[in-house]
Amino acid sequence: MAKAETSDVTSDDPSGHGWTSRIHGATTVVSLQGDWLVGETYVDRGVSRLLHEYGSLDRVGFDTERLGHWDTTLLVFLSQLRRASAHYNIDFDETGLPSTARRLLDLLPLRELSAAPAIRSISIAQDVGVQVIGIWAEIVAVTTLVGEATLATASALRGHTRMRRIDLLTCMQEAGLEALPIVSIVNVLVGAILAFVGSIELRRFGADVYIANLVAIAVLREMAALMTAIVMSGRTGGAYAAQIATMQGSEEIDALRSFGIPLLDYLILPRVLALISMMPILYLYGSAIGIVGGFAVAVAMLKISPSIFMAQAAGAVTLAELLFGLAKSVAFGALIAIAGCRVGLRAGRSAADVGRAATTAVVVGIVGVIALDAVFAVCANTLDF
Amino acid sequence: MNRAAVKLQVERLSVGYGERIVQHNVSFTVAAGSIFAIMGGSGCGKSTLLQALIGLLRPSAGSVCFGGEDYWSATEARRTEIGRRFGVLFQSGALWSSMTAAQNVALPLEMFTKLDAPTIDALVQVKLSLVGLDVGRDSMPASLSGGMLKRVGLARALSLEPDMLFLDEPSAGLDPVSAKRLDDLILDLCHGFGVTVVLVSHDLESLLNICDDGIFLDGNTNTAIAHGSPKALRAHCDNPFVHAFMNREQPGAEGSPHGS
Repeated sequence: MAKAETSDVTSDDPSGHGWTSRIHGATTVVSLQGDWLVGETYVDRGVSRLLHEYGSLDRVGFDTERLGHWDTTLLVFLSQLRRASAHYNIDFDETGLPSTARRLLDLLPLRELSAAPAIRSISIAQDVGVQVIGIWAEIVAVTTLVGEATLATASALRGHTRMRRIDLLTCMQEAGLEALPIVSIVNVLVGAILAFVGSIELRRFGADVYIANLVAIAVLREMAALMTAIVMSGRTGGAYAAQIATMQGSEEIDALRSFGIPLLDYLILPRVLALISMMPILYLYGSAIGIVGGFAVAVAMLKISPSIFMAQAAGAVTLAELLFGLAKSVAFGALIAIAGCRVGLRAGRSAADVGRAATTAVVVGIVGVIALDAVFAVCANTLDF
Repeated sequence: MNRAAVKLQVERLSVGYGERIVQHNVSFTVAAGSIFAIMGGSGCGKSTLLQALIGLLRPSAGSVCFGGEDYWSATEARRTEIGRRFGVLFQSGALWSSMTAAQNVALPLEMFTKLDAPTIDALVQVKLSLVGLDVGRDSMPASLSGGMLKRVGLARALSLEPDMLFLDEPSAGLDPVSAKRLDDLILDLCHGFGVTVVLVSHDLESLLNICDDGIFLDGNTNTAIAHGSPKALRAHCDNPFVHAFMNREQPGAEGSPHGS
C-alpha cells in the first residue's frame, strides 16, 4: 500500500499510552497501545473529531497488539467510539478487540440513555396549596394521635391494654432513673443562679433573707418544671424520634403493620405513659434539688442562717403552687412524648432522615414546652392564681 | 500496576467477637485472577471471615497476606493503602443513603483520583451499564429495589478498578435471570480486568458455575471442613454434610455434623 494513501491521527496523550489511527482507503484501523488504567491514561474525548475528519470512512477496525493492561477506561473509549460510529453510519468492527473487552462492551448500551424527565415545575399558588394541605393533614394526624393516646391511656389505667408491660418499665427506667443525673445538675445550678442573681437586688434593700422566698417560688412554680421538660425534650424526645425513625428504616414498623399490631399500643403508649408518670416525679425531685442549690449558695456565700432559710422557704410556697407545677409537668411529659413519637413515625427511611427526625423532635419539644408554659402562665394570670 | 502479583494467602486464621470464636484455624490460598468461594451453611461465620479479610474485624490469631504482605501486621496507613485495591459488595448493598446511585459510584473516584467531572461521569455511566442498571441512576437508594441496590453496590465496588473483589452473597435476593447475568459479569470482570474474586455464597448454581476454588466452613466444629472447587466437592467429598450441601440433599443421620 502506497504511503500516500495512508495518514495518521494520534491521541494527544504525551505519555505514549493511548491510540493512533491509520487510514487504509475507507477503513481506519485504531491501534491501542500501552496501559489503559484509571488515573494513568486520560479518557480521550477526541473520538468524534477523529471520525468527523474522515467523513468518507465506512469501517473502523482495531489493532491491539501493543495494548497493555486495561480497565473501564478502555471501555469508555470504545463505547464512545462505537456511538460516534453509529452516528456517522460507520461500521464498527470489533473483531480486533480482546474477546473479554468485546463481551463487556456488549453489556453497554448502543445509544446514550435518555435523561430522566425533568420534574414538572409547579407554580407558587400550587406550592402554597400543597403546603397548606400538608399542614392541615399534619394537624389532623396529630389531633387524632392525641385523641387516640388519651383514650388508650384511659383504658390502660383501667387495665385494658395490649401494651407489653416490659416495654413500659424499660421506658420508665430510661425516662426516669437514667435521667436523674442531668436533671440534678441542671436544677441545682438553676437554684444556685437564682440565689446569686436575687441576692444582688435584694441586698440593696437589706432583704437578703427573702432569697429563700424567691428561690422556692421560682423553682416550684416555673423553673423546675420548665428546665426538667427542656432537658427531657433534648434527651428523651429526641431519642424516641430517632428510635422510631430507625425502626422505619429497618422495616420494623412495616413488620408491625403487616401483623396488624397497633403502633399505638406497641410503640406510642409505653413512651407516653412513661413520660407522663416520670415527669411529675422528676419535677418534685428537680424542685427539691433546685432549692438545695439555692440553699447552698445562700448559706455558704451569702451567710444566711440555714434555719431561717428553711422557715422562709416553707412559708413562701403553698400546696396550690406545687399542684400547679405538677400539672404542668404532666402536660409537658405528654407533649414531649407525643411529639417524639409523631416525628419518628413520619420520618423517611434513610440515615439522614433519622438525624432530621431527632433534631425536629427536640426543636418541636422545646418550643412546644415553652409555648405551653406561656399558656399556663396566661391561664394562671387570668384566674388570678 | 502488576496484577499478577496480587493474591491472597490466609494462614491459621481465627475470627470471632470478644471471647466467642466464630471460626478458627482456617487456611487457604487464592490464586491471582481466580474466583474463590467461601461456602457453608447459614450462620457458620462466612461473613465474619470476610470481615477479617477486608480489614473490618481484627482476627484473634493467624495472618492474612495480600501479595505476600501481611495485612494485619502492617501499619494502619499501609492497611488503608492495601484496602484501596479492594472492591467490596456488602450483603445489603450498603449504599450511602444521602446520595443518588450515580453519586454512590462517583464518590470514590472523586475522593481518590484527579479525574475531571466529565471523565468521572463517563466512567460511572459505563460501570452502571456493565452491571445492567439502565434506569434509576439518579434515584436515591431508598427508592431502588433490592436487586438494583446490589447492582449499584457492585458498580461502586468496581469504581476504583480493584485488584480484588469481595462479594458477600452477590446473588441473594436476585431473580434467576439477574443472578445468571451477575455470574456472567463476575466471570467477564475476572477474565477481562484480571480481578481476583472472593465470594461468600450459598447459591449452589452460581458457586458451581463460576468458582475455580473454595473452602467449606462448618458451624459446629467452627473451622474449614473441605477445600476444593465447588464442582469437585459436588462430585466427591468424604464429609457427608458437605456432600449433602453440594448436592442439595438431606444430610444422612449418621456422621453428619448437622444430622438429627
